[in-house]
This record gives sequence, structure tokens and C-alpha cells, in this order.
Amino acid sequence: MSKVRVLVGTRKGAFVLTADGKRDKWEVSGPHFAGWEIYHVKGSPADPDRLYASQSSGWFGQIIQRSDDGGKTWHQPGTPPGEPPAPGPPKAASNKFVYDASDKTGKPLTTHQWYDGTQHPWEFKRVWHMEPSLADPDMVYAGVEDAAIFRSTDGGENWQELSGLRGHGTGPKWQPGAGGMCLHTIILDPSNPKRMWIAISAAGAFRTDDGGGSWKPINRGLYSKYIPNPTAEVGHCVHHVAMNPKRPGVLFMQKHWDVMRSDDAGDSWHKISGNLPTDFGFVIDVHAHEPETIYVVPIKSDAEHFVLDGKLRVFRSRTGGNEWEALTNGLPQRDCYVNVLRDAMAVDSLDKCGIYFGTSGGQVYASADAGDSWAPIVRDLPAVLSVEVQTLP
Amino acid sequence: MIRVILPQHLRTLAHAGSEVQLEVESPVTQRSVLDALEARYPMLRGTIRDQVTLERRPFLRFFACEEDLSHEPPDALLPDSVVSGSEPLLIIGAIAGG
Repeated sequence: MSKVRVLVGTRKGAFVLTADGKRDKWEVSGPHFAGWEIYHVKGSPADPDRLYASQSSGWFGQIIQRSDDGGKTWHQPGTPPGEPPAPGPPKAASNKFVYDASDKTGKPLTTHQWYDGTQHPWEFKRVWHMEPSLADPDMVYAGVEDAAIFRSTDGGENWQELSGLRGHGTGPKWQPGAGGMCLHTIILDPSNPKRMWIAISAAGAFRTDDGGGSWKPINRGLYSKYIPNPTAEVGHCVHHVAMNPKRPGVLFMQKHWDVMRSDDAGDSWHKISGNLPTDFGFVIDVHAHEPETIYVVPIKSDAEHFVLDGKLRVFRSRTGGNEWEALTNGLPQRDCYVNVLRDAMAVDSLDKCGIYFGTSGGQVYASADAGDSWAPIVRDLPAVLSVEVQTLP
Repeated sequence: MIRVILPQHLRTLAHAGSEVQLEVESPVTQRSVLDALEARYPMLRGTIRDQVTLERRPFLRFFACEEDLSHEPPDALLPDSVVSGSEPLLIIGAIAGG
């Protein structure tokens, strides 16, 4: 029978939740990396036992962790657990993220726009998102704050920036959102290994068609009334983007305000908020088998980051947007004031499709019937930062 | 032998006890001790000082002999009692938030 493994990053550690295909009885392991912020944990599609985790701390900075056995044991790439310290200089630098300043690889920028409109140097803070290659377990991308994309081709031991993103020309206009200037979304195209999409708060969405060498902003159709030019090429606070891998190029976006859709790989976007009670939010995801079925969790407003009216409701559209239904069965419908962050929703590929999300209150909810009903897997974890799921044979 | 006391999270990363002992050639300074520490425990690179600038991370402090040495130049000599091993160099996480 198939299994699912849910990878949860929280403010104080990582947790691995596993169940069989029924998804009604769960085993919980963790906390892994107790006391550390785990922004993201994700498994390799090419080798499900290969997991990557971003571990960080305001005191000790960024750490990259890797598991080669599905989360049972972890190590920093280049320094296997239990191995006696080797004499001489370190052989790897898995937490060394250095912005590319060379002339050969584009024109890397040294400054971006700061909150007060002045220019500010790029400063590495943490890894927000890890995206393993679809084909190679040793290749993985990292989206970082201050916004840039890095790639490792040796299992996370060494990282190189794809500097064409920062160097393409609009970088001086990028500025931090309230959560920092983070590259939080990386989507790989299963039909075209040269194409990928990324999104940055608060710069917008970008696409490469040449494997990361060059990038272009893809924000036409976005309207952000809180910026000086509401239709600017960059400067939009994109919160998350999702795509069904079976239909590459059809993208769904949760922007700061507005839920958006693109049918042309991001060249243009149109609004699909429809009858949502509020279209502010962070997460968005797509059903694994029904590419017109999408999910969001509306949040009251940018000033009040919790669900509307004290009710935790997932909204589902089966029509690719505009027409939404509230999913409430099994979710608290009074006195609930949690948030659901941008990387904290995931879908499995079982039939029926499972939907998972985690909250700022430490609950991780699962639905084994595409959202019709929900039950908590765990209720009392630290605040959840990210949720990913693996469907295992 | 130089004695260094690590904060809890760095002990976990390094798979080490609370105190590690290092051979450090003279002159014994913050820089030479941290170089030796990172050579023996590569997984600590970047956690105490920045990977590129080698500046102390903002929320870490260095203490020895009940004195805060955090703002001493990295090449200043450490106290004799640290050099002799009678006192440890303490690396401490600042008390800042939860």
C-alpha cells in the first residue's frame, strides 16, 4: 500500500509525519534540529529518501541538513554524522552562500532598494525554500533572503548563485516585504528542464527559459495599489505560486491581495478572486489530478494576519478560480485566529488527493478526500513555517 | 591546550561535549582559536563568525576570566590563563528573544 510522508518545518524544529494510504493513523517523529527555525524541508522526486532541510537561527546563521534515509538520520553535507573530525581545512562549506560578484557570470548587483528608498547592499540571511531537481538527487536549488537563487550539484555541499536573476536589470528596484526580501517560491518545469519560475517578496515573479542563465520579470496583469506604479514591471508582493506538474505553464498565484492565474507561463495574469470573502493570503496549491481545482486559505487582511471571523476555512475552486466554496468539515469554526504561511500547504498524489496545511498555532491538518473533510494530524507543534508531502510506494 | 566552551546548539552540531580542547600555536588570539576550532569542527564554519568577512555573528559573545572580550580585536592576545588552559574561552549566545 502507498504511504505518505509529511515534512513539517516549524519555528523550533522539524517534524516528519507518516501514514499509510488511508491517511488516518499517523506516526510523528521529531523534533529534529530542536530549537532551530526550519524554514523548509523537501524531498527529492528522483530519490524519495533524499531530503533537504533549511535550518537557521538568529544566533548561529544558516545550516543545510541532508538526510539520505527518509529523515531517520541527518547530516550537514560534507560532514557525515559520527565521523571523526578530519584534520586540515574543511572539505565543504554547505552553509556558505556567497553572492556572485564576478564579471564573467552576468552583472551581479551590489545594492537593492531599502525601505526608505535608498540603496542597500545585498546581505545573505537565510534559505527560505529548497527545491530538489526532478531528475538528480544531488542537484538542489535554494531560494534565499536577500533574494537570490543558488544551486548545488553535489548534494548540498557547495552552492553557486545563478546570478543572472539579480543581474538582469531591475534588481535596484527590488525591496523587502515585511518578512524580508526573500525568494520563497521555485517551480521546475517537468516538460522543459531549461524552464523554471521563481517569486520574490516584494519584487514579483520571474522566469528563466535557459536553465537559470537569464531571467525576465513576468508580472503583466498584476495590480498592486500600494506601490507607486500599480502596474510596474517589478515591485509586486507575490506571496506564493503553484502549478500542477501535469499541466506546465498554467500558474496560480496568491499575491499580497488578489488571487491570480496565468495560462501562458506567466506572460500575463488575470484575477480569479471571484467570490472569496477576502483575497489576502499566503498559500495556494493545485489538486494533483484535477488541474482546475485549486485551494487557498483567505486571511483577513495585511494588517490582521489571521483567518476571517474566527473560522478556519480552506476555499476550493473546481473551475480554475472565480467560483469558490468554503471547506469547513473538521476545521474550527469559532475562536480561531491562526495564519497559514506561504509554504505551509501541500498535496499528495494519491487517489483521492490528500491536502495538508499547517498553521501558526502549530496544527497540521490533513484531508484524505480533496478537502471535503479534515482532521488534525498534530495540534500542538511550534508555529508551522512549511509543509511538504511525499507520496511513497 | 586551549579550552573552549560551546553553547548548546553548537555542541549538537559539532557532536561535541560542552568543552572542547584545542592545540593552538602562539600567538593565541580569538582568530587563531576560532581557526583551530573550525578546522577541527568544519560544521561550525559560519555559525560563530561570518563565512566571508569572519566577523563575529551579532548575537554571540566571547567571555574569559569574567571579562567580555567580544569587542577586542580578533588578533589581540587572549589572557594568560586562557593560554595556559586554567580558564576556558566561553562562546555564549546573547540573551535575545526566544
